Amino acid sequence: MKLKLIDIAHGRSGDKGDAANVGIIAFNDEGFMILQKYLTKEKVKEHFKGICLGDVERYELPNIHALNFLLHNTLGGGGTVSLKHDAQGKTLAAALLRMELEIPD
Amino acid sequence: MKEKIRIASGQGFWGDLIDAPYDQVTKGEVDYLVMDYLAEVTMSILQKQKNKNPEFGYARDIPKLMERILPICNEKRIKVITNGGGVNPEGCAKAIIQVAENLNISGIKIAVVVGDNIKDRLDELVSEGEELNNMETGESIIPVKEKLLSANVYLGAGPIVEALRQDADIVITGRTTDTGLTLAPMIYEFGWSMQNYDLMSAGTVAGHILECGGQASGGNFLGDWKSVELTNIGFPIAEAYPNGDVVITKHENLGGKVSFETVAEQLVYEIGDPEKYITPDCIADFTSIQLEDLGENRVKVYGVKGKKETDTFKVSCSYADGYSASATLTYSWPEALTKAKAADKILRERLVKLNLAFDEINTEFLGYNSCHGPLSKEMNEDDINEIVLKVSVRSHDYNSVDRFGKEIAPLILTGPPSVTGFAGGRPKPSEVVAYWPALIKKEFIKPEVKILEI
Repeated sequence: MKLKLIDIAHGRSGDKGDAANVGIIAFNDEGFMILQKYLTKEKVKEHFKGICLGDVERYELPNIHALNFLLHNTLGGGGTVSLKHDAQGKTLAAALLRMELEIPD
Repeated sequence: MKEKIRIASGQGFWGDLIDAPYDQVTKGEVDYLVMDYLAEVTMSILQKQKNKNPEFGYARDIPKLMERILPICNEKRIKVITNGGGVNPEGCAKAIIQVAENLNISGIKIAVVVGDNIKDRLDELVSEGEELNNMETGESIIPVKEKLLSANVYLGAGPIVEALRQDADIVITGRTTDTGLTLAPMIYEFGWSMQNYDLMSAGTVAGHILECGGQASGGNFLGDWKSVELTNIGFPIAEAYPNGDVVITKHENLGGKVSFETVAEQLVYEIGDPEKYITPDCIADFTSIQLEDLGENRVKVYGVKGKKETDTFKVSCSYADGYSASATLTYSWPEALTKAKAADKILRERLVKLNLAFDEINTEFLGYNSCHGPLSKEMNEDDINEIVLKVSVRSHDYNSVDRFGKEIAPLILTGPPSVTGFAGGRPKPSEVVAYWPALIKKEFIKPEVKILEI
């Protein structure tokens, strides 16, 4: 079955230089188990194709049922160098929530 | 020893809600008001202001704010800690003294923390072997050294603790970490050893939660944001206990919301490896943090673990790196997107004909894909009411950027139809300020605390 990320999680994103950080938090433990198993670094890299031009790092915070992704080379240089409207990646958490996960029934 | 202290966040950045610090000291009981004014780019802006007028270089909202809150803080014995001193904390303190004199308030100690500004010491430091290479790219600082606008070390909680021990009522610092502002009063009040890294990390985590103001109490909340009353948002308060437990809360009679979700969102904001949240005071482990929602806008934060700090300070330098400009035009139905795309093409062809030199030209269609780029849903042209075309350029050649600014308005009479929204004159080139992060050994930095009495 297909699961919309926006139905099981929320989050927040911001900038770290030219990298964006995208934190995704499951609403409950069950949701976190799904994130932990299916929201892989490769899926996130593929999702942000054309936006994230560098590597993706993935970290787990099971204590707050969250995952943190660092998307390198994403913000057009970052800071005041960036010409992007969203130069700080503030809307990228919402962008990740667009994802649909395919999970076994 | 106090059984608990209440530390109130008053500002999340320079430009935040003007009334928030006033609300924090008037709408309920607090012991400390902490205010973070500094973002990476802020230091270079302040340095430019100081270059023009040596009296400036600090967040000039502060004297006006102090006019309102100084009588209240003085009466209630609320201590104020802020890094809004920017590149001129002494100037900021002098301005506050002037305010106090005008209000006939005396018997106040203002502490100034200096020693973070190393701009004038760079040659000396480089010659002593501190390379200050860019910590992200590894590049040498030598080629950009002459272009540097500012160079500041991120100091930790230590100098503020020293200031509080000297009975300061107000502490004004330059580039102190946002987290240090909140950690310092805990160390001072509870007599914590700065070698107890779990406690340093507990205070640091509380500082991270407070440092962006309303973002921990319902602002910019991607969860159930519609359930939050935002007009009268109350900024977060850390109620700290001697054992390192902290309850994040807010004044009852203000809006906003403090819940597991609002605090969790702030915890993941702008972090890298959660096991290594590095500050000058400790390395906090964010995977050790336990949150318990106690209800009624109270969230307990406990169980925080951490490790010994590193032997380096982070240095934040900024330097001038060319010019940029940005312009927008609005196109309406019918075929709004097609018109905006055509206008962009015409503009770019004209720029090529003019033989201008740009490092980058970026086009975005606001209302269509400026936030989510290729992830944006395709739209039927007929459903699009209007599109804002935004074109931005960057170049090391001032004249190219300046000429770009002169090519926008002509598109109204010489481009695709039903276009509007060009106001405010030609976009002017603005200086691009690039950021240079580096590390420096702690032994080279000697922060100093100066006490001024009124």
